[in-house]
Amino acid sequence: MLTNEEVAQTIINQFGEAVGDFDDPYDLLTFSTSREQIIPLISYLKDHKTLQFGFLTDITAVHYPDSPGREFCVVYHLHSLINNFRLRIKVYLSKEDIHIPTAVPLFAGANWMERETFDLFGVIFDGHPDLRRILNMEEMDYHPMRREYPLEDATREDKIDALFGR
Amino acid sequence: MATDIKMAEAPASYDGPGFSATSFDKIIGLARANSLWPLPFATSCCGIEFMSTMASHYDLARFGSERPSFSPRQADMLLVAGTIAKKMAPVVKQVYLQMAEPRWVVAIGACATSGGIFDTYSVLQGIDRIIPVDVYVPGCPPRPEQILDGVMQIQELAKNESLRRRNTEEYQKLLNSYNIQ
Repeated sequence: MLTNEEVAQTIINQFGEAVGDFDDPYDLLTFSTSREQIIPLISYLKDHKTLQFGFLTDITAVHYPDSPGREFCVVYHLHSLINNFRLRIKVYLSKEDIHIPTAVPLFAGANWMERETFDLFGVIFDGHPDLRRILNMEEMDYHPMRREYPLEDATREDKIDALFGR
Repeated sequence: MATDIKMAEAPASYDGPGFSATSFDKIIGLARANSLWPLPFATSCCGIEFMSTMASHYDLARFGSERPSFSPRQADMLLVAGTIAKKMAPVVKQVYLQMAEPRWVVAIGACATSGGIFDTYSVLQGIDRIIPVDVYVPGCPPRPEQILDGVMQIQELAKNESLRRRNTEEYQKLLNSYNIQ
């Protein structure tokens, strides 16, 4: 059984200053790294002899409109099926420069995940073979999951709960 | 011999020995109304409800809709049941365009009529934004009886429609407002 401490130590020994913010919310090992290190890091975890993080669970993003300089956070979830161990890696980006290298060379499954993240958040994955929208219509000119749109008019009466049996 | 078969009511006519004279509109309307071939465009929960409507218990076939057509060919009645995402909208419109006149459209359920509870960026807020709709069936989801009622409303429309209605300027205007033709 791997423990969070062991895995964290292994990663720190390899990457030192390039990783930080170690935490374990709900016992899920979470840490952040930089845009430059994310691909070497995932590659290292994937090919590591004992860790063997061979499964990319998810790539998504979070928008923090109120934190200047780190408005976007790209989140990677990795799973080691061999050890039944999961971890979460975060990379913070600024809204002026939402670029991050693609993980498609490492995991083919990253293709659609990155397209989805681009579609909903506008994160640009450099080197992605086919960075198009995947969920929304091609003509859409905004990224709907960003927290920059006004909330619904609370005085609307055309779709009140009573009309839907709620 | 079953004697309780319900016959469609004959239109008002002038009858004599060996002949019956009535208006062409009424005869054609009668034929159309009792052989509305549905094209079910079912995307979600309302689609399940619609399957129930077509199945033996509610038996949509009683209304002459014996042949659900999953292609626009020979279909008279487009039944849109379920949420239509904006990405799906061009498909619905294409299916409508490929149907031949006369054609009727039923929007089944809250989503098809108004986007329903999905008041969001990805969902078309009612199919009447892209194609003209004849009958709206409310409900989330509507019961099969409601869908049958909607079909019967279409029958009434088909029965009472003038043969030239689809050549009228009004109808052309309606289609033009949807950028059709």
